[in-house]
Amino acid sequence: MKTNREMVCIVCPNGCRLNVFVDEQNRVTRVENALCRNGKTYAEDEVQCPKRSLTSTVKVKDGTHPLVSVRSSKPIPKEKLQEAVDTLRLLELTAPVDFHQVIVSDIMGTGADIVTTRQIAKAR
Amino acid sequence: MLINKDLIIVGAGPAGLAAAVEARKRGIDDILVLEREPVAGGILNQCIHDGFGLIKFNEALTGPEYARKYMDEADEMGIELITNVMVQELSSDKAVTTVSPDGIRSYQAKAVILAMGCRERTRGAICIPGTRPAGVFTAGVAQNLVNIRNVMIGKNIIILGSGDIGLIMARRLTLEGANVLAVVEKLPYSSGLQRNITQCLDDFGIPLLLSHTVTNIEGRERVTAVTISRVDEKGNTIRGTSKKYDCDTLILSVGLIPENELSLNAGIEIDHVTGGPRVDEKLQTSVPGIFACGNVLQVHDLVDYVSAEGELAAGSAAEYIGSSTADGCGSVDVGVGVNAEDKGPNGENPLSYEKISVRAGRGIRYVLPQTIRPGKAVTFSMRVVKPDREKTVCFKAGDRIIKKRKYTALNPAEMIRMDLSQNELKDVSELEVCIYED
Repeated sequence: MKTNREMVCIVCPNGCRLNVFVDEQNRVTRVENALCRNGKTYAEDEVQCPKRSLTSTVKVKDGTHPLVSVRSSKPIPKEKLQEAVDTLRLLELTAPVDFHQVIVSDIMGTGADIVTTRQIAKAR
Repeated sequence: MLINKDLIIVGAGPAGLAAAVEARKRGIDDILVLEREPVAGGILNQCIHDGFGLIKFNEALTGPEYARKYMDEADEMGIELITNVMVQELSSDKAVTTVSPDGIRSYQAKAVILAMGCRERTRGAICIPGTRPAGVFTAGVAQNLVNIRNVMIGKNIIILGSGDIGLIMARRLTLEGANVLAVVEKLPYSSGLQRNITQCLDDFGIPLLLSHTVTNIEGRERVTAVTISRVDEKGNTIRGTSKKYDCDTLILSVGLIPENELSLNAGIEIDHVTGGPRVDEKLQTSVPGIFACGNVLQVHDLVDYVSAEGELAAGSAAEYIGSSTADGCGSVDVGVGVNAEDKGPNGENPLSYEKISVRAGRGIRYVLPQTIRPGKAVTFSMRVVKPDREKTVCFKAGDRIIKKRKYTALNPAEMIRMDLSQNELKDVSELEVCIYED
């Protein structure tokens, strides 16, 4: 059965309210109300395998700050977010920590790396 | 000892950093940036989520990554930055007094850019009844504790206010193991971006209670419960709708206020709607040679436009410094500060023409800049009073429509920006922006 779903595109601050048409094979046939092409890609992902960027923090020993902020190099499947954050909570790095340093490769087999988003110097 | 500087920038957040980099590009060598925190970057350092820079850099950066782009550039340019320093006083003749662990210093600037950002409204500002236990945080403080200081703030959490920081913290705290019971919003609509409601609340099944507010806080040492009640369209609580939620933490995301204590001391005129200085199209305040940009001017939802404002203020400051030097005013320019370019449309005495004031009309809460000079291209920013769909925003000079643009959705949470060309503003002697009624 053909269905249509309404969803808010989260790609940019425009937050387009998409009207998404899906066929029997769960394929997107048409996307309405998208201001740009990213809306269609987002809708397809959202129907088949919703993905989100992961951002969190990881503990740092001997640094000027006790945490370094991190992100995934690309969005990961939504259902793996919690487990990934739980994994990161167990890690501890030692200062100095570099900017865009890879701290976990291919997290949970998603193909995304976890990289730092700031630099943490060694505490004096 | 008095230290002379061409340009002093107060604050090294996104507005101040963008202003510093742009001023250097415009040929101002003698720049000093003053920052209260131990590091530059401002609020971006604790905004570890992504979505910054989509407009400016066409990529979704995290806050620290966005800040780093400007920090690196300022660094490469050798721009002088002092951290751990507070500006104690700014005078209308651009004397700046600072205090730091190194002591008190006095500076004299030719031009000053205000980029101090904003502060959060607190429990006191919204008068929530109840006891005064620990466990009540503003959202920004909660964000700082969790993202920078590694302090988890609670287990069972209610968030009052659906501004973006509150929504972002709902997701962050959930992923860190807390139970966010609800986000409570007094208005019948959210004051955050729609995308944040989707990815921060809907994704995690966190309820958003619209037209509700917190009417009591309980607990002696620590919060033990809060009461939530429904409110009517006037914001008054409705009897018999109260419900008590057991929790240990209440987070307030109930608005931001531009930080203008310094500006007031300098005698700068403040707009009571935006909470920031009144400015002209150059972002110059009522005190010549003092410019304002970023959240100290108006609270923004997107950092990209904060940077853009910083750049505009820097360009104006550079122009001002250039003309005051060329005029032989020397480093201590206490005069009216007239730019060469500040002459009227026909080159008449700069004080003999009137600035045109821009009025926020029907459906518009405020518009910036508040005044413009005739015959200049201007980017206006504004916010609407309430959410709406399929409406046209319109600039009018008297009864004449100068420009209009149709929006599929209008939302007070989303700042509107509209460019008017030199041609469109030609021969305009009054200006109003409003929601157009057919």
